[in-house]
This record gives sequence, C-alpha cells and structure tokens, in this order.
Amino acid sequence: MKETILLLALTFFMIAIALLLYRVIIGPSMPDRAIALDTIGVNLISAIAIISILLSTKAFLEAILILGILAFIGTIAFSKFIERGVIVDRKGDS
Amino acid sequence: MLSLTAKEILEWVAILLVLFASIISVISAFGMIKLPDVYTRSHAATKSSTLAVLACLLGAFIYFWVHDGYVSIRLILGIIFVFITAPVAGHLVCRAAYRARVPLAKNSGEDELKSILFDGDIGATTTAVLANEDVENK
Repeated sequence: MKETILLLALTFFMIAIALLLYRVIIGPSMPDRAIALDTIGVNLISAIAIISILLSTKAFLEAILILGILAFIGTIAFSKFIERGVIVDRKGDS
Repeated sequence: MLSLTAKEILEWVAILLVLFASIISVISAFGMIKLPDVYTRSHAATKSSTLAVLACLLGAFIYFWVHDGYVSIRLILGIIFVFITAPVAGHLVCRAAYRARVPLAKNSGEDELKSILFDGDIGATTTAVLANEDVENK
C-alpha cells in the first residue's frame, strides 16, 4: 500500500515534468523556457527523494543537493544571458 | 479495527505529505501550461513548485527519521537551499524577461514601469538610479 502510493506520487511528478517539457518546447520566449527548466530541476529533486524512499537507501541524498545547486546556477546563467547577452560580466575588473 | 503504532502513523504522515506534494506539483505544471504570459507563469513556477518540493523533502526527512532512525542533515540542507534560492531565481528570470521586453498579456492592465525604464532621458530622473547601471551596459 505504501509503495503503491509512492509510485502514484512518482507518476504525478513525471506527468508534471512532461507538461513542463511541453512548455519548454513551445514556449514563445526564452524566459518561458528558463522558468520551465528551473521547475523541471525542482521536480527532479522531489523525484529523487521519492526514489530514495522506495529503494530505502541513503545514497541518493547527495544528488538532491547537487541537483539543487545545478538548477539554481543554470537559471542564474540563463537569466543573465537573456538580460545582457553575456554571462560573465568583466566590466568591474578594470 | 486496525491499531497503528506511533511509528506507523508517522510513516503514513510522511507518505501522505509526499502524495500532497505530487498533487501540488501537477497543479503547478497545469498552471504553467494554461496561464497567458511569462509574468503570470512565474507565479505557478516558483510558489507552488517550491511548496511541492518542500513538502516532498520534509516527507522524505520524516520517513528516514522514523523508519531508520537517521536524521539526515543533507535533506535539511536541501530544504533550506531550495527555500532560499527558488524565489531568487524566479525574481531574476522575471527581471530579465521585462528588460528583454517580453510583452505582457493583453488584459494585464496598465504598465507603469515601461515609461520610466524605456522612454525619455533616463539619467536625469531620480528614479533611474536603479536602472542606471543596466543602461550603461547596453
């Protein structure tokens, strides 16, 4: 019963990721795609947590942290690229 | 009548938290499909999706705590990290979207920032101090 509910929750998260992939593909502007990719990363974190409950292992909990950091840095890089056209701003060095 | 121990009740609480998180996540993804422009979609993407991931990680934390007696510092760190960074990411993407002149939806009312940010002599007004750095970089 518990495993059935966890598999149902995992299925719901995969449905959410599929809907967000639809938004990534058709999104009319680049910030749409950036927001949808950020949300996909956040949903993948939840999926990894459910998988680590289902397999009753603690080995995947580092992957949650790594994926959170990568999703955040990727979103920051996307938004800076959309705003300025460059990612690393070297103007302040002088 | 089935009798549950405290351990089983807490496990059920954790699993129902995970189920609640997945339902919230599907609602959030549905909002990402149906809402009209970037600025309204960012509500669906940041708020409800953050609630979903916080509930799911809290469920996993309670489950490991009750089932294995294992207090996972990494899950607490993940919860704090997502809780801090998700609003920042949503704000930055919306700012970039506005400055890249992504249009608003038709029925979203008057756009008061547009005349301040994009028209006229920006350097002369006091409100443009915030925008000054970005104008120099254009």
